[in-house]
Amino acid sequence: MPPPQILQFERPIFEMEEQLQKLQEQSNPSAHIKAAIRNLRVEIKRKTREIFDNLDPWQTVKVARHPERPQTLDYLELVFDEFIELHGDKSFRDDPAMLSGFAKLEDRKVMFVGQHKGRTLDERNAHNYGMPNPEGYCKALAKMETAAKFGLPIICFIDTPGAYPGIGAEERGQAYQIAVNLRDMSRLKTPIICVVIGEGGSGGALGIGIGDHICVLQFAYYSVISPEGCAGILWKQATPENSAAAAQALKFTAPNLLELGVIDEVIPEPLGGAHRDHRAIASTLKKSLLKNLKSLSKVPVDELPDHRYEKFRRIGAFDEGGISDAS
Amino acid sequence: MSSVPKQDLDSWRGQVSKPKRGVPEGLWVRCDGCHATVFRKEVDKALGVCPEPGCGHHFYVSAATRIRQLLDADSFEEWDANLLPSDPLQFADKKSYKDRLVSEQKKTGMKEAGIVGRGYMRGRPLVLGLTDSAFIMGSMGSVVGEKLTRAIERATEKNLPVVIVSGSGGGARMHEGILSLMQMGKVSAALARFHEAGGLFISLLTNPTMGGVAASFASLGDVVLAEPKALIGFAGPRVVKSTVNIELPEDFQTSEFLLEHGFVDRIVERKNMRTEIARIIDYCGK
Repeated sequence: MPPPQILQFERPIFEMEEQLQKLQEQSNPSAHIKAAIRNLRVEIKRKTREIFDNLDPWQTVKVARHPERPQTLDYLELVFDEFIELHGDKSFRDDPAMLSGFAKLEDRKVMFVGQHKGRTLDERNAHNYGMPNPEGYCKALAKMETAAKFGLPIICFIDTPGAYPGIGAEERGQAYQIAVNLRDMSRLKTPIICVVIGEGGSGGALGIGIGDHICVLQFAYYSVISPEGCAGILWKQATPENSAAAAQALKFTAPNLLELGVIDEVIPEPLGGAHRDHRAIASTLKKSLLKNLKSLSKVPVDELPDHRYEKFRRIGAFDEGGISDAS
Repeated sequence: MSSVPKQDLDSWRGQVSKPKRGVPEGLWVRCDGCHATVFRKEVDKALGVCPEPGCGHHFYVSAATRIRQLLDADSFEEWDANLLPSDPLQFADKKSYKDRLVSEQKKTGMKEAGIVGRGYMRGRPLVLGLTDSAFIMGSMGSVVGEKLTRAIERATEKNLPVVIVSGSGGGARMHEGILSLMQMGKVSAALARFHEAGGLFISLLTNPTMGGVAASFASLGDVVLAEPKALIGFAGPRVVKSTVNIELPEDFQTSEFLLEHGFVDRIVERKNMRTEIARIIDYCGK
């Protein structure tokens, strides 16, 4: 097994875990060592909680991008009981950064749409680091329309640094295709649940992000621009220090998003983050999806688009002085 | 029209070439297109277009000037001028967002980057929205999103055509974070309902229309018009260049590039804009 990838601020946890392992390897441990093992276990939990309860926004971004964090294909394996991939965008080509297809969640049949980044270098290249091209958004919308036609609820998993900024992407209408998805998703007559599982990168995320119930995993983030992009523009240089300052200023962590009224639910991650326990996060996520599918199934589908409209309609902050002068 | 600039910001007025051989400062302006030094009054007369033969460079014009150019005289009635920006994130980079808003308001005479209202074009009633790239790059925050949404909702009620003139280099405004991103969804959803109700939306893309503005309402016109040689796209050219690491095509992300690739219906010179828009309204029976 390759050595686990460790973030700087996770180091104290791993050092204690190494200690623990050494203690556990001793044959015939004395009562004294057994006590030390017990204490160390408690201490590891306490330290992990302390670190993860106090992550700053820049550290949260690092967790959201953690190479061992579960990604869409992991969740398809761990959360869903079946996935029948549908590749066709019927316009240009199959975009491997965007996956879609029929999926089964216990006895519920759904349409799944989600970005996938890949973990190894080969995988990441194959999936374009989770950055879809216009055809990816086109495929996503086509599958969502199929879902609405046949009464399947839609589940969107968002995990992208952003839509791909390439020459071909511009030639094939990246802006147009995202805009069409925003417009048309808002009117689909079927329940839509969106979950930001890692990175919610700007328009590339929103392009599959118009839904009835929006959730964000505890250490995921959802932002108008990446901290590096923001630092490059407003701080003039995307140094780690400036990116950390931008991450702080942009208020994009799960608790911020909930407070700003942009999302409906924060899905708690296991101690130390989703990358520490794929099965645990998958199980929490599955419960949330089943609960929300159930409650959304009670709303008549014809009413969903108007509820969805009202949900987005409310978002924004401004000062309104005096009376409206519209006639 | 409280948020319409008092002073004129139009580029051929503000940006004056260095005085040469005693030419009084301010009378002449250097054209970004042909680099000729042209008489400012001539540019004015041509609606902010370079009068040099074969040039036709379209200078920046402010939202206020555009309203005058597009609508019948004194027919514009502004809506929601009292919507003012707030600072929901208490955002600060090297400068606080609050201070930035105040200095942008002073610089432009506008309260925000967007203006909406109702007016007449050659006698045809319509709802007009504009973003002005002089105000924080014409970026869309909560105020621009809310103004456009309300304007589209009213157009839906009154069955009026909507014309939106985009001049937004900034896309979704960073200083309002995720709330700005969500305005893209909000305005697009309002357009979806307008579309279902049979409304006509004409989107006019001007230099520049980028990022979150391009990736929402600006792309969604039933008919999409563009001024010549405007910069239009999703990702900024610098970002694209640093991603792909090769030279960009010469006309990359221009109006002409978008027309060639099928995302713009017509490129229209400023002097013909009123006629063209009025004709489209007539064709669509609105």
